[in-house]
Amino acid sequence: MSAAEQLAPASRELLLNIENVSLSFGGVKAIRDVSFDVRKGEIRAIIGPNGAGKTSMLNVINGFYHPQEGTITYRGESRRDMRPHIAATQGIARTFQNVALFRGMTTLDNIMTGRTLKMKTGLFWHLFRWGPAETEELEHREQVERIIDFLEIQAIRKTPVGRLPYGLQKRVELGRALAMEPELLLLDEPMAGMNLEEKEDMSRFILDVSSQFGTTIALIEHDMGVVMDLSDRVVVLDYGQKIADGTPDEVKSNQDVIDAYLGVAH
Amino acid sequence: MLYREAGQFKTTYRADQAVFPIRQDFIGIIAILAVLFVVVPLTFNDFWLKSIMIPTLIFALAAIGLNLLTGYAGQLSLGTGGFMGVGAYACYKLATIFPDVNILIHIFLSGFFAAGVGFIFGLPSLRIKGFYLAVATLASQFFLEWAFGRIAWLYNYNDSGAIEVPTRTLFGVPITSATAAPVTQYLIVLAIVVLLTWVASNLVRGRFGRAWMAVRDMDIAAELIGIRLLPTKLMAFAISSYYAGVAGALMVFMWLGAAEVESFDINVSFQLLFMVIIGGLGSLLGCFLGAAFIWNLPIFLRAVPEMFGTHVNAATVEHIQFMIVGGLIVFFLIVEPNGLARMWAVAKEKLRRWPFPY
Ligand SMILES: Nc1ncnc2c1ncn2[C@@H]1O[C@H](COP(=O)(O)OP(=O)(O)O)[C@@H](O)[C@H]1O
Ligand SMILES: [Mg+2]
Repeated sequence: MSAAEQLAPASRELLLNIENVSLSFGGVKAIRDVSFDVRKGEIRAIIGPNGAGKTSMLNVINGFYHPQEGTITYRGESRRDMRPHIAATQGIARTFQNVALFRGMTTLDNIMTGRTLKMKTGLFWHLFRWGPAETEELEHREQVERIIDFLEIQAIRKTPVGRLPYGLQKRVELGRALAMEPELLLLDEPMAGMNLEEKEDMSRFILDVSSQFGTTIALIEHDMGVVMDLSDRVVVLDYGQKIADGTPDEVKSNQDVIDAYLGVAH
Repeated sequence: MLYREAGQFKTTYRADQAVFPIRQDFIGIIAILAVLFVVVPLTFNDFWLKSIMIPTLIFALAAIGLNLLTGYAGQLSLGTGGFMGVGAYACYKLATIFPDVNILIHIFLSGFFAAGVGFIFGLPSLRIKGFYLAVATLASQFFLEWAFGRIAWLYNYNDSGAIEVPTRTLFGVPITSATAAPVTQYLIVLAIVVLLTWVASNLVRGRFGRAWMAVRDMDIAAELIGIRLLPTKLMAFAISSYYAGVAGALMVFMWLGAAEVESFDINVSFQLLFMVIIGGLGSLLGCFLGAAFIWNLPIFLRAVPEMFGTHVNAATVEHIQFMIVGGLIVFFLIVEPNGLARMWAVAKEKLRRWPFPY
């Protein structure tokens, strides 16, 4: 264990700070004045009932949605809103609630696209697939093969992802995000629709990513058992508002959280 | 098990990423190239070369251009005919302004003019997609047709309004206009098409090809990975149009010998789209299958009744052709969007297991 891991999560170095963010779509207020932070190396869970604004929050973080109010500070740099390209170049990767893979491409090609920002060889060399183009492709292929081994998906390397079962698609999507070698990994319901065994595999991968690569992870998850096992700290959203923030144990015993999950009328 | 990959283990990623990782495919392509470069020139007569081989190759090249844009990058275009025209007129102007420069150089250069025009007409693709983009490319088709017909400078103020190919030589042998032997022209077209097909296959296997396919399959996810949409799409437009432009120049200089506006009209654009759909979106092999099929279908429909001593008039041939092509388009769009190329892949899959049913 590294020194960073032994520190209490709340005292680690700040990676992302969300301050007073509000986001609305026309009349719908998806996020209302939410603040929370993500610290280096931790696994941070975002939970809450359906429609609470969790996915919207991830979209704000990686610049896909632009909040009307608030500040996003990432790696010490403050912005009103992120831009997708800046997020990508600064090491924010993500997976989607409804798998967003490139369906016509193979597993290998999908994960290779994750290396896009690290590949620099110009068009000229690629026309002939020669010299630097060839060297670069092979280098990145090796990196990608390591991810394929890590996720245990060797057998489906050359399969177009559109033909894979849902559980494997989620795994390939994680692979594509890992290929970016992100500093911050956003996972939107990585275990939704999986059976118990697949969930266990996915939990193991998430823990391994965190411990082996030191990647900071923010994940949305519905299965409370999984959340309690995986995460260092949990933020709870309900109707776009933050209703709790703390360690899994603190959150579990919070009365507002219990009410929100039991569907007590507001 | 006539065709199999079992036992052919790749020990390096380089071998695994080769154009034809399976040995039978590699032997197959060598055999096809040998037939095309050696057997065909020795055995085919001028009529077959001029009316089957050369046009099939040229249309296959233009279809590769369209397929890079539509099949790989997902940007529907109805302007390919116009882009071919840009290549043809550019080559004509270059050949008459710089008569001493070798015509093959002009042919390759003319593609860049088409690429530039394609780039400009690709700009709307940042904002519009699918059907609306198709309409925008249709507008480019009509604009280009207008330009070819009205800008007399483009056809050197000929009374006929047509461009007529001057005789040009390579190593003293005439290779353009009616003085050139069809077999010479065939070999030149074949060499260029093989070269550019190899280049296209390099492109689609590398990072540029993957970026195109990513934009095609899910542009939002592509953007979040760091692929920039506009440069990626514009590059697809430019490279696609380069291919179309070279095909247009070859069409005039190595095949027809003369051309006018109608040679590059909307029908050509549609014909190329049909070739790509029937051959297979996102497949280079499909471009050849589609071009061979669409171009040779009417020739075949005319020839078959004649073999049996009857004659079918041209109008009937055309009707049958429309019905077959129309039916196949509907079939492929609904049942097998990956076209003939996919059917070939399935057939190979079956051969691999032959003689076992599963
Ligand atoms: N693009 C959008 N346009 C309009 N409304 C949206 C959009 N995205 C999310 N919303 C709304 O914002 C609210 C929060 O949605 P979401 O973030 O997806 O919730 P969660 O992921 O917690 O289930 C919902 O009421 C949803 O309808
Ligand atoms: Mg959601």
